[in-house]
Amino acid sequence: MSDIMDIKYAVAATFSSAKDLFNAAGKVREKGYTNWECFTPIPVHGLDAQMGYPRSKVPRFTLAGGVTGFFTGMLIVWFMNEFDYPLIVGGKPYFSPIYPFPVFYELTILFAAFGTLFGMFFLNRLPRHNHPVFEHPDFGRTGDDKFMIVIEVDDPKFDEDETTEFLKSVGGDSVQTIREPID
Amino acid sequence: MSEVKEIEEHEILKKIDPAPWKEVPLVLNNRSYKWVTDKICGIVESKTPTWWWWCFITALCVASFTGMGLVYLVSTGVGVWGNNNPVNWGWAIVNFVFWIGIGHAGTLISAVLCLLKQKWRTSINRASEAMTVFAVLCAGIFPLFHVGRVWFAWWLFPLPNSNAIWPQFRSPLEWDVFAVSTYATVSILFWYMGMIPDMAVLRDRATQTWRKYFYGFFAMGWRNANNHWRNFEMAYLLLAGLSTPLVLSVHTIVSFDFAVANLPGWHTTIFPPYFVAGAIFSGFGMVLTLLLPVRAVFGLHDLVTQKHVDNMCMITLATGSLVGYAYAMEFFIAWYGANSYEGFAFINRAFGNYWWSYWIMISCNVICPQLFWFKKIRQNIPLVWIISIFVNVGMWFERFVIANTTLSRDFLPSSWGYYSPTVVDIFTFFGTFGFFSVLFLLFLRFLPLMPMCEVKSVMPQANPHSDH
Repeated sequence: MSDIMDIKYAVAATFSSAKDLFNAAGKVREKGYTNWECFTPIPVHGLDAQMGYPRSKVPRFTLAGGVTGFFTGMLIVWFMNEFDYPLIVGGKPYFSPIYPFPVFYELTILFAAFGTLFGMFFLNRLPRHNHPVFEHPDFGRTGDDKFMIVIEVDDPKFDEDETTEFLKSVGGDSVQTIREPID
Repeated sequence: MSEVKEIEEHEILKKIDPAPWKEVPLVLNNRSYKWVTDKICGIVESKTPTWWWWCFITALCVASFTGMGLVYLVSTGVGVWGNNNPVNWGWAIVNFVFWIGIGHAGTLISAVLCLLKQKWRTSINRASEAMTVFAVLCAGIFPLFHVGRVWFAWWLFPLPNSNAIWPQFRSPLEWDVFAVSTYATVSILFWYMGMIPDMAVLRDRATQTWRKYFYGFFAMGWRNANNHWRNFEMAYLLLAGLSTPLVLSVHTIVSFDFAVANLPGWHTTIFPPYFVAGAIFSGFGMVLTLLLPVRAVFGLHDLVTQKHVDNMCMITLATGSLVGYAYAMEFFIAWYGANSYEGFAFINRAFGNYWWSYWIMISCNVICPQLFWFKKIRQNIPLVWIISIFVNVGMWFERFVIANTTLSRDFLPSSWGYYSPTVVDIFTFFGTFGFFSVLFLLFLRFLPLMPMCEVKSVMPQANPHSDH
């Protein structure tokens, strides 16, 4: 043991293909684990359903952004050209919902795009520059060509020996414990 | 009865010999994931090549022309440009529309082709999006400085100023402010979000400290977790869905700058679709101009294949033909509409004081891309590159024709005039190519020029249901 204090974070198994990971993920789910995650270099098609994830909630943020943008656009045109400083242009009404169409159309898209990006960050709990999973020596390979399943210590069904054996039995190439250093 | 029919169908199926459908792979030579990662990251991680420095210094010198032109303009006044009365717009609007149009192909590739599930887009979308962002930056220079007193340009935005007057939202130029700034912002967001997983790969491979911090900062702690991918894919799809109506609206609103005016040759309803088609056409011209040398220099022939070049050529052909149709339809409507001013505007375009620009436009935009009907020509890469240059030239002249022929010859012969650019105009525009190249070279040097995760996900290994 090294001098650095650490605690167990999880058990990780690597796989060399999307197919192996996909099949293994199904078995992990069937076994009843709940606190686990797959790490893949690409978004693997159908893995969400295999892991039992529901549909992403990003669209809610997009909608909220879009609605905000629409009303912001309407509000600034009404406030500026009708309320605060009525501006006569060609003897036409100060405000109508038709003529500033491009303004609120663009603002709807702008705010919806911000909602989407920040919604994605929020749901992924990013930015977070430290994470125990980075301690895995092969973690970098999950962005390259390796696939990984990580079952956390917090999982109610977790038992280090049993989980390690289980991950080996579902085809994990190398199974090891990730330890999280603590101060 | 139904059972019998089923057997008959099966027998027929046994007899017919379906034509084999040979699908061309998107990544050639059965490359592995590791190869893709090493190839793309290697470009960024290797020592800066000598050619890069030469190109970069040349581009900086060219960019300084814009700098000098603008300094001279601001210190002297907007009169140093060739703009006059009646041609108040001159090159400023021509260059603005030209650069904005260039950007449109990037968004088309990243957003519209994503929604249409065109998998070939993956290897060219990052560079095209970079092109979009940089082209919009170049475009912004011209209206910004054309306002004359550039230090008051912020009056265009709805911000309180000392005169207590707000912008006038009935003006197409005000719509432009919203359209172009939204377009620039959303393009940057989309470009950046797509780069997050690739930044994480570069972060994890980095050996130098500054790289760890630089890529680590922008990767935002991305972990390749499936939960991340799930939200990322949804966000990507939504941004594609938002960018599609955005890109169509931007050039529509740019065309309103002309179409809302009452001048003959401008006041037509064909302008929005015709401008959008032209923008995509010019953008694909620029994508080919940029990507063919990049592919040759970095040896990316397995990733940007002949299939990609073919597809880009065919989109150029299709949009070029649409633009040609629009030119013809404008003439037809000018005659059919029986408005003598409108009729004159078009006769004047083709045979009047700027006849030469009209025929440069027709030969570059309508005739040139027709060569892409031939497979032999699409496979001749140097020739494709030359045609793509012609497309760029032709589209610049299209905007010149639209802006200048109409302004120089409007209703009253007493207000007619002729416009020629000054040396300041020419320097300022010439320099924007340098400015664009500086940004593009920095992009090639420091950012992943292809979305690795997307390229990998169109390779056969990505399919969890196959035996690869």
